[in-house]
Amino acid sequence: MTALSGDSSVRAIADFFEQRTGQHLGESRMWRIETVLRDVMRKHGLGDLHALHARLQRDPYGELAAGTIHCIMNHESSFFRDLNVFESIEKQILPHLNRTLPEKLLRIWCAGCSTGQEAYSLAIVLKRQEHLWKDWRVSILGTDISPFSIEKAQAGVFQQMDVQRGLPIADLLRWFEPNGDQWRIAQDLRALTSFKVDNILDHHAITGKFDLILCRNVLLYFSPELRAHALSRIARLSRPDTLLILGAGETTIGTGTQFVPSGAFRGAYDIGGAGPAPHMLDRLAG
Amino acid sequence: MKNCLVVDDSKVIRKVARHILESLDLVVDEAVDGREALTHCEATMPDVVLLDWNMPHMTGLEFLNELTRRKLPQHPKIIFCTTENGLGHIRAAVEAGADEYVMKPFDRETLESKLQLVGIL
Ligand SMILES: C[S@@+](CC[C@H](N)C(=O)[O-])C[C@H]1O[C@@H](n2cnc3c(N)ncnc32)[C@H](O)[C@@H]1O
Repeated sequence: MTALSGDSSVRAIADFFEQRTGQHLGESRMWRIETVLRDVMRKHGLGDLHALHARLQRDPYGELAAGTIHCIMNHESSFFRDLNVFESIEKQILPHLNRTLPEKLLRIWCAGCSTGQEAYSLAIVLKRQEHLWKDWRVSILGTDISPFSIEKAQAGVFQQMDVQRGLPIADLLRWFEPNGDQWRIAQDLRALTSFKVDNILDHHAITGKFDLILCRNVLLYFSPELRAHALSRIARLSRPDTLLILGAGETTIGTGTQFVPSGAFRGAYDIGGAGPAPHMLDRLAG
Repeated sequence: MKNCLVVDDSKVIRKVARHILESLDLVVDEAVDGREALTHCEATMPDVVLLDWNMPHMTGLEFLNELTRRKLPQHPKIIFCTTENGLGHIRAAVEAGADEYVMKPFDRETLESKLQLVGIL
């Protein structure tokens, strides 16, 4: 008997995972369920996937559920992942927001931030252009469904492998200090960021409107319906001129949501569609 | 296609680096120490040098200082790639003009991201 045909628990756990996270597991990832859950099962004294599933049904929001979701999830991230996206944020999008936002208040949200590299990369970019943001209130909120990832993001301590991938050496020297054989991120960058556990399918931890939202490599494995649902929730935390950035290869097209490709910034989306909203154009003209 | 010179006294590291770099569409040459690397650079200047620190005859840092001193018409991008992971070494390399720094062990993603950062990819 194979795991897929023989063990309905694999499918039941995959269904539980999809219901909670939106992530649809392909066959190849489903094959790995038993392996990736071995430690969780051992820790909770559960003999097999059947017992695990039974416990998840009884307690779908407890520590076991969080651990199960965390172990199945793909958390891959890196500093300045997709360098060209960060170049466009640094050279075009942030200067644009700096010119056009009315209140000297910049709010950025990284939805599905994993262990924090994306949020901290944005913090580094903001520090590089500190002259632009003097006198501004600037904040970067990172959220993720996994409390374990959020804890790591908050700690801001990274392995050598993590700080090598994508992070320029000058920024390592400037913003990190050695911590044993790991690297701890500077307090100055941490002060710009905050991290919270939050499920993008059911925002409860977030309020207000954001100026720039990154939701990259999160919706890739969502079914079209759940992707539309997640995007409509993101839309509620957006203004018409809020810019949304998705991962390479992800798009809002075909989801029936309000987000359309931004007229002004390649690769970004907004609800207005035709570039900056009218009040922004006034400000640009002025 | 761009050229990368791998300077390392370890045959294994040169082989691993070559494998990764060729998969990234770079043309790879090898040198076993700083002295051989200098000779190579005078004959054909690579676009980028992947440079070990500790090597017999001439260390990576001595190579970089000497290359800078010679003021050749072109200067390659320099990526240190070494087991020396201390802050002091990283600072010294950057002060000497290194563009990037990779700590061993490294993998394909790391090298690829560093090559992007220095504008080679
Ligand atoms: C592949 S990582 C991407 C991290 C980062 N955005 C990047 O691109 O480098 C995807 C992250 O999304 C999180 N995630 C997945 N489904 C989620 C959901 N429904 N709500 C919030 N976060 C979710 C996962 O826990 C994981 O950390």
